[in-house]
This record gives sequence, structure tokens and C-alpha cells, in this order.
Amino acid sequence: MAYGTHAAHGAHEHQDHVPGFFVRWFLSTNHKDIGTLYMVLAATAGIIGGAISIYMRLELMNPGVQLMNWHENPGHHWNAMVTAHGLIMVFFVVMPALIGGFGNWIVPIMIGAPDMAFPRMNNISFWLTAAGFCSLVMSIFIGGGAGTGWTIYVPLSASGHPGPSMDFAIFALHLAGAGSILGAANFITTIFNMRTPGMTLHRMPLMAWAILVTAFLLLLALPVLAGAITMLLTDRNFGTSFFDPAGGGDPLLFLHLFWFFGHPEVYIMILPAFGIVSHIVSTFSRKPIFGYLGMAYAMVAIGVVGFVVWAHHMYTVGMDVDTRAYFMAATMVIAVPTGVKIFSWIATMWGGSLRFPTPMLWALGLIFLFTIGGVTGVVLANAGVDIALHNTYYVVAHFHYVLSLGAVFGIFAGFYYWIGKMSGRQYNELFGQIHFWTTFIGVNLTFFPMHFSGLAGMPRHYIDYPDAFQFWNQMSSTGALITFASTLWWVFVVFHTLLAGRRVGANYWGEGATTLEWTVSSPPPFHTYEELPKVTAAAHH
Amino acid sequence: MTGRKRTVALAGLFGVGLASLVAGAAWAQEFVDLPHSGQMDLHHPATPVMERLVSLHTGLLWVISLITLFVLGLMLYAMVRFRASRSPTPSTTTHNTLIEVAWTVVPIIILVGIAIPSFRLLYYMDRTKEAGLTLKVTAHQWYWTYEYPDLQLEPIDSYMIKEDEWKKFSDEEKHIRPRLLAVDNPVVVPTGVNVRVLVTSTDVMHAWTVPAFGIKQDAIIGRINETWFNVTKAGLYYGQCSQICGKDHAYMPIAVRAVTKEEFDKWVASKKAANAGSPGSLTDSRPATPAR
Ligand SMILES: [Cu+2]
Repeated sequence: MAYGTHAAHGAHEHQDHVPGFFVRWFLSTNHKDIGTLYMVLAATAGIIGGAISIYMRLELMNPGVQLMNWHENPGHHWNAMVTAHGLIMVFFVVMPALIGGFGNWIVPIMIGAPDMAFPRMNNISFWLTAAGFCSLVMSIFIGGGAGTGWTIYVPLSASGHPGPSMDFAIFALHLAGAGSILGAANFITTIFNMRTPGMTLHRMPLMAWAILVTAFLLLLALPVLAGAITMLLTDRNFGTSFFDPAGGGDPLLFLHLFWFFGHPEVYIMILPAFGIVSHIVSTFSRKPIFGYLGMAYAMVAIGVVGFVVWAHHMYTVGMDVDTRAYFMAATMVIAVPTGVKIFSWIATMWGGSLRFPTPMLWALGLIFLFTIGGVTGVVLANAGVDIALHNTYYVVAHFHYVLSLGAVFGIFAGFYYWIGKMSGRQYNELFGQIHFWTTFIGVNLTFFPMHFSGLAGMPRHYIDYPDAFQFWNQMSSTGALITFASTLWWVFVVFHTLLAGRRVGANYWGEGATTLEWTVSSPPPFHTYEELPKVTAAAHH
Repeated sequence: MTGRKRTVALAGLFGVGLASLVAGAAWAQEFVDLPHSGQMDLHHPATPVMERLVSLHTGLLWVISLITLFVLGLMLYAMVRFRASRSPTPSTTTHNTLIEVAWTVVPIIILVGIAIPSFRLLYYMDRTKEAGLTLKVTAHQWYWTYEYPDLQLEPIDSYMIKEDEWKKFSDEEKHIRPRLLAVDNPVVVPTGVNVRVLVTSTDVMHAWTVPAFGIKQDAIIGRINETWFNVTKAGLYYGQCSQICGKDHAYMPIAVRAVTKEEFDKWVASKKAANAGSPGSLTDSRPATPAR
């Protein structure tokens, strides 16, 4: 999409009344600063969550319990680490990075808005998320950790978990959820009301579409989780029995409520990455996105259908066969809009003039690896076949291919694409490519063998496994070490970029980069638009 | 998948003493279903359900592999053919109705093709109409209790063999009763009989799983879930609890010994005789649902 813009770029100096350090970073109402805060939180949490996964992978390197034997209760400690890893990665890495980080930073600029609609609410959204992260970290250290997996199934999370750890984890989800709900309301209002003149919905960049759909998913799904975990909290502490059959409750009610949130949640994590990839593929193909409207409405379709497939996580809980048949059919439907997106990206490349700088590598990596995660998702959608694969490492492989190699690749793609814009300094291309290739090799070595151990029947959430599974586990652990080394390398790349990166101008990607953020300086002025840019239909698909 | 060692035939290795320790009867040689190092595929089917499951999975594997290779091929072709050095001027095409309809309709056709056999499998595996035997499985933190409601046998608790005890096994025994899979009392079932399985729990959720049977059924307090199997081949089959259930989740394996109907009847008779021989045993034995 190309926009004719008439923004005033000459007089930026007087826009930059940057407040002092404390006011700027602790009382921030500026969408770019809040975006930066979210990214710092996500990076910090990501290093912690990644370190936990290395801890687990080292334990799984060999059969038997070696590394975690220092703990008085290694089995529980293992479960606590699994739970911490899952919750941190979902709620405090992927969501803050993609929605709070890139969403906050880029979407207002892309749609020509001076800031988010509710800047102070934006601030409280971030600090609620940060408080949630503190609460989650406390749950690890107070009372031995919550060892339930990120799905916190009852009765294990209720009667099975005395002590304060579980309560802290629940409270962490409350806080992060409240932050996300407020953020979602903010995005919806901003995108609906604050688009610059001429920026119709059907001219809106796909990243803004992705965040819009994601915000609706958050707004509809998170209150259901909040309700479920509030009931869990009262079951635990105040004698209610919503989920306790001894008091007329039903554990399956919790599972249904959790997955009514939990399934849209996976699309909440991947849709913003889809948005980022669309811009990157278009930029480095020097071509407008192929089938723009189809791309936008494919995301809407994924969002809508994503709400009616939740029980495919529950094929083994004893639902009646017709219900399972319905959820199987509904789940398969999602493959269609997802396929539209994959093929549209390839069609965008088709006939283009392709360059392959680091962000493009990450984007192409995402497209291919998400395809692998997508097709194993189709296998798992089959309620019959899922009986053999449910809760095995096949599922672990599947959701890491769509999230760790999908959403996280999207985060890194966005980082390399926009870091010059956000910081005014460009990364070193060689360093970026080293990061990509080491991570690409590392994650595939980690997660591809898990398909095999899963097919062979290795269950997840196991601190120890029969010796026969050692072969694939050793390979996975080796890959995890490579990936973690690569992530530490990325930390170096970040500091190198911020301290020694080459200074760049407004549009350092050249002709292909057509959205509004490329019309403002790098970094953009503290208040992006003194005068609203005007968007015309020029050369629009 | 040729050349894979799937079976462990143990002619004569399975001594009478060991067998009686395991299940109170002697089976001279036995097929043992085990995962093996480097395994890349599902377990060999031991029931009609698993046979159908494996064949559907094989079909799916072909479909998804071809789709993935197709996507990879398109990407690589585009990356090479349209790289900037070879394609300096980008085209401006952003629409092609025919191709957009095609990449919507073709996946739908493929999915319908998958759904039809998949529905058939789902309904086939759901439950059995005519059960020859009912097996009740009760999950606890962290062991299983097996009951035969029709046979008036005492409930049988099945615990994993602890590591220090397992280390005392002979090498042959270690091989067929591997670490983390060996249990003290495998549940015994007859081959060629539709066995209805009722699964429940007395505490947190667990899942009763036997990969070679195509069975995984969650055990949930306050509910009785039903599934079924019909073992076609006598042998010893292993599985592991498949729903996170607390600290010893990794330490409550499942072992099922499938024997011929005659041997099963003999085993039931010997069990009954043993029970009758020790009158106090009914009250002495651990209750099926211990107070928590
Ligand atoms: Cu269990």
C-alpha cells in the first residue's frame, strides 16, 4: 500500500518536550515509550523463561533425575518449572512483545494517530502486566511453585495444590488479564476512532488489522478466563465447589472455561506475528501484499472460528462422540483461512524483486515453520488420531512450531524490521543473520525430534522417561542449547545496535516500505504527528 | 520402517518364578510392546482401533508431508526466481480471482477427504456395543487400581517398581520390564474379547493410556469415562499416565498383560482360590478408594 502523505516533517524540534527520566518511564503516557517498556519486560521475561527451558532440557538430556535432584521434591519442582515456563512465555513474553510492544509502538503511527486513545489507561495496562509478572515470579519462590502446567487443570490446581504458590499464579493471571483487557479496549478505540483522514478500514495496514482482531479476541476471551480462575480461587480459599464434584461442581466446567479462553489465546499470540510478516514480505518483495482484503478477512475468520473450536484440547476427557465430531470439523475449518494467508504471502513474493535481509529471513522462516506447525495441527484435529498423540511430545512439537517458531520468529522479524525505526540505529546485518541461522538450526533440532518421541508415545510433563526415548531427547536438548546461545547472542546484538549501530534515516528499507511509519524520522519525534498525515487511495491494490 | 526391532520374543527366558511374581501364573514366552530407541512412528497396533488409527495417521502423514513440501517448493522457487538480482522490476499484480478461489477450495476438498475416514474412526473407537468383560480402572496419586466388576475378584493395585528394586532385576528382566515402565501387578485381560474399560479417579486428573491399544482416557473424579479394546495378540503392553497429576506423574506406568481366554480363566480361578485361601485378605487388602 502506498500513501500520499502530507505530514509536516520540518518542525520536529518543538515536539520533543521529553519529560525527565522518572516521569517518562514510570508515569508514561506516550505510546512509544510504553511500547518500549513492554518490550523490555518481554525481553527480560523471555531470558528467564528461556533459562527455565534450558534447565528442563538439561534435565531431560539423559534418563534419570540428575539436575533437579538438589530439590527435596524433584517431581514437583519439575512441574513448577514447566508451569513457570509456559505462563511466562505466553503471558509475559509473546503477548507483551507482540501486542503491548509492536502494537503500541507501530499501530498508532501506521494509522496516523497521534497516540493511543487512552494514554493513561495504556500506562496502567503495562504496569498491571509488570505486576502480574512479579506475582508469577513470587509464585515460583513462595511455597515451592505451582506445578500444574499452564492449563492449571482442577482438581490438581485446587485440592491438589495447598499453599500460596497457586494463589500467586492465579493472581498473576488476573493482573496480566486485566492489563490485556484494558489494552484491548484501548486498541479497539484507537483503531476505530483515531485513524487519520483517508485511512479507511480497507486501506488500513495489515498489522493494524491483526491487532484489531487480536484486541477483540482478548476482550471476549480474557473475561472468561478471569471468571474461571476467580471461581478456582474461591474453590481454593473460600469453600465454594464450582469445580468439586463432592459439592455438586464439575472439573470439566473449568476445562471448558479455560479452553474457551485458551484456544483464542493461541490466535492472540500468532495473529500479530502474521501482521508483521505481511509487512516484511511486502517490503522486501517491493510489491504490495497480494490479496489484501482476503488477508484481512482471513484474520477475521480465524478470530471468529477460533472461538468455536476450544474442546479439541479435550478429546480425551470423555465428551460424547457427537460433540467431539463437531469440534473436529470446526477445527479443520481453520486450516482454510490459514492456508489463504500462507499462499498469499508466497503470491506476494511471486513476481517481486526479493531481498533477504535479516527481517525477511525471520519472516520466511516463520512462513515455512508455521506451515509445519499448521499441518501437524490438522493431524491433531482428528479426534481419533489425537487419542494416540494427546499429551505426548507430538503436541509439544506442534505448539512450539506455531508459537516458538511462529510467534517468536514474528517477534524477531519485527525487531529487525523496526529496530532502526524505534532506536534510530540499525543492527549489523551479519550479526542479525548469524542470530537467524543459529536460532533456525537450534529450534528445529529442538522441536522436530519431539514429533518422533511423541509418536513413540512419550508423555509430556515428565521429569524422567524410559531409556528408549533418550535418542530424541538428547537431540532436543542439544538444539535447545544452541538456541539459548543464539538468544544470548541476540542480547549482544541489541546492545551493539543501541550503542554502536549505524544511524539511519526515515525510510532505510527503501521503495518497498510504504506504510506511514516510514514517513517519519527514525526514531520518530516524541509526539509523532504534529499535523495528521492524509492518506489517499493512490496505488492502493 | 523396516528392520525395526519391535518385539522382544523371550522363548524360555521368562522363568516360572518371575512370571508368578508378576501375575501369579506362568507364561513361557511373551510378546512385549516397548518403545525403542530412535522410534519414529506410532506403536504397532494390537487392537482393531489402533490398526485403523495407524492407517489414518499414515494417510495424514502423506497428505501433510506433500503439502509441506509443496509450500517449501513454492517458497524456494520464488526465492531463487524472483531474487532482486534476477528480477529487478517487481510486478504490480495484487489480485487473481481464479487462484484465490483455488487456494480456498482445494484445501476444503482435501479437508473433506480427511474428515470422512476420520469421522468413521471416531465413531468406531467410541464404545463397544457388546462387551465380553468389564475392567474398571481407578486412578490415584500415584498408582492404578484395577477391578473386574463381573468376576468378584479383589481389586488389584498396580504400582511402578521403584528404581532401587528395579536395579536388582536380571538383565533379561530389565529388558522386558524397563525402568519407569515395570509395575508390580500388570492388569490381566483376555485376547479376542471386547473389553469395556471404565475409568475414574479418586483425586486429581490422570489418563489411562496404552499406546499399542489406541487408548487414552482421562480419569476424572466424579465421572466414569468409557472406552474399549480388543487385543488381537497376546503380550505385555506398556503405557504411562498422560495427564499431569502431581509430583509422581512420571512414576505411574500402566502395564497390561493380554493372555488367551483359557489362560485368563485359569488366572481368574487361581486368583479366586488365593483369595479363598486367605479369608482375611479381603479386609486386609488396600481399599480401592483410600481416604485422602
Ligand atoms: Cu497420573
